[in-house]
Amino acid sequence: MNGTRTGLLSWIDERFPLTKLWNEHLAQYYAPKNFNFWYFFGSLALVVLIVQFLSGIWLAMYYKPDAQFAFSSVEYIMRDVEWGWLIRYLHSTGASAFFVVVYLHMFRGILYGSYKSPRELLWLVGVVIYVVLMAEAFMGYLLPWGQMSYWGAQVIISLFGAIPGIGEALTTWIRGDYVVSDATLNRFFALHVVALPIALLGLIVVHIMALHEVGSNNPDGVEIKKNKDENGIPRDGIPFHPYYSVKDIMGVAVFLFLFSFVVFFVPEMGGWFLEHDNFVPADPLTTPEHIKPLWYFTPYYAILRAIPDKLTGVLAMGLAIVVFFFLPWIDRHPVKSVRYRSPLFKLLLALFAVTFVFLGYLGTQPAYPVLSELGLRFSELYFGFFVLLWAYSRDRSAGVFWTTLLVVLAVIGVIDWIRFDPSKSTLMMVSLLIPVVYFVGFLVLPMLTRLNESRPVPERLTAK
Amino acid sequence: MTTPIVAFLFLLLPVASLAAGPGGVPLRSAEVDITDQASLQRGARLFVNYCLSCHSARYMRYSQMGKGLGLTDDQVQDNLMFAADKIAQPMDVAMSLGDAKRWFGNPPPDLSVVARSRGADWLYTYMLTFYKDDDPARPYGVNNLVFKDVGMPDVLWELRGIQVPVYGEAGDAHGAETAAIADLALQTPGLRTPAEFSRDMRDLVNFLVFVGEPAQAKRHRVGLWVLAFIILFFIVSYALYREYWKDVH
Repeated sequence: MNGTRTGLLSWIDERFPLTKLWNEHLAQYYAPKNFNFWYFFGSLALVVLIVQFLSGIWLAMYYKPDAQFAFSSVEYIMRDVEWGWLIRYLHSTGASAFFVVVYLHMFRGILYGSYKSPRELLWLVGVVIYVVLMAEAFMGYLLPWGQMSYWGAQVIISLFGAIPGIGEALTTWIRGDYVVSDATLNRFFALHVVALPIALLGLIVVHIMALHEVGSNNPDGVEIKKNKDENGIPRDGIPFHPYYSVKDIMGVAVFLFLFSFVVFFVPEMGGWFLEHDNFVPADPLTTPEHIKPLWYFTPYYAILRAIPDKLTGVLAMGLAIVVFFFLPWIDRHPVKSVRYRSPLFKLLLALFAVTFVFLGYLGTQPAYPVLSELGLRFSELYFGFFVLLWAYSRDRSAGVFWTTLLVVLAVIGVIDWIRFDPSKSTLMMVSLLIPVVYFVGFLVLPMLTRLNESRPVPERLTAK
Repeated sequence: MTTPIVAFLFLLLPVASLAAGPGGVPLRSAEVDITDQASLQRGARLFVNYCLSCHSARYMRYSQMGKGLGLTDDQVQDNLMFAADKIAQPMDVAMSLGDAKRWFGNPPPDLSVVARSRGADWLYTYMLTFYKDDDPARPYGVNNLVFKDVGMPDVLWELRGIQVPVYGEAGDAHGAETAAIADLALQTPGLRTPAEFSRDMRDLVNFLVFVGEPAQAKRHRVGLWVLAFIILFFIVSYALYREYWKDVH
């Protein structure tokens, strides 16, 4: 028996690098032994991808990409297709789960400086995956052809209209019509089920290849490859398989529990995963009272809405996403992991997480004056994070801190001067305190105190 | 140990929202229970008698309804099926779209998933808060607290009786006193007492919630087994993890 198996394996190995691939990527891929909670989300993203592919293939067997039938075909899947409701909920919950997992995965990268040398390219490919995933989710959301599908697409596509000169022509080109219509639905279906999944799959392969080339970072931000034994194996590394394969399977079990809980008991997640208005068929003649994208886009949507000028708003929203590409060059601090960075850096990062979540909340709310004012202030903090990240990326002189502070305050002042509205002057003045306290605090404290001093990084990994 | 907690707070964030009904009218709790088949059956009777002549539920089949209500095909055919002749037909209306537009301006919407777009409490409050409105602009002499200037006549007035608004003084946001409807009072009793009528409406909303997603009961039932299986799977995977990681120091 054993003889036949090795016989078969060597027959394959002479023709295809099966054993080689297995060893390179699993059995002899050495990963740091101190992965913590945050390191589950890469493999979980892969699990969600598989869930989306399988449920998506089965949905496509019954779904009709036709403005006449799309809404009905989804209800047909929910009612008449055997287990169709399960397939649909797996896919709709999977979409949100994908973003939950990817956001935590990205936050891990920022926590432990995983984008820094030599992993810049790995990070860049990851950000491309994130952008493609956003396109994939946006186009998929049109397919149920409910009110929110329709009007959400209408609003987002019209953003391209803000581009001077070619804007209008561009939106017509994207839609294939003057409004979102059957033509739009059909092309979005094609992109959602064929083009973008292929792109996503290819990019994920590149992402994993890049990861296995440079090796995984870890919560200590110490390079395990710098300390190898006589066989050339990192002393602090363990083979991915079986150690991390069994650990990740445990993570998958926990994830599937939470995921299944949503699928079987709260698939709408109170309107966050499936919006209530999307159970009304798309009607081009009736605009819903309150158009909002799904939760994973709302931080950017809040930034867009916070800025009164449409083109500037669109540019700011674009920049809010594009800025992630530049992260490896914005933050060049030699200490990778948050564990050994300064108390001020820790606070800065925590506030960024709060800012992102709060902007996400604002994006779901109607644009009341107080909320849109807060939206603008928190957009300033959002971009401010990257400015401060740059300012903190090495030991700076007091002059640099003072100059940065002056420039930032001048920019905020100019923005307020341009958008000044006498009827909102009190609100503007009071809310101005938010960015002022933020920037003054983060730029003056490093000069006056020792709060921006990093701790020494150990030579080897610390205990788990 | 704090990181997992932080991450789960992250996950829960989207849930912590969504309350108060639109328009500022407090919604009454419908307390629906789709496992209460007697209630579903009473709701179905009200639905086919009072709603189905104008509103369709075209994604629902009579046979599927019977299954969810615990009724045989014959029982459905004899008691609940007046607008179709085959049990597997969807619950459609005979009224043509053209007629509907001519009679009502807007054709009455399909109610298959109305419980999912409006929510049970909204529907319940809507059904309970029709009141007499003498404004000559109102085509059927009625209005509604949660759906102002609704196009639908109060088709259940016979059961409900006639409600009239009770005005109270209410300060608006700018401190100006305006007359606002504080409550509704029953002027002419209907065939049902207010308590009976509320129960009827609860049954009807319960039925609509069922129609919104007929698989709900099955979903909950299967879900428990799935979660139980995953817990077992976790125990095995955890044991495996402990066994392998014994030799990592």
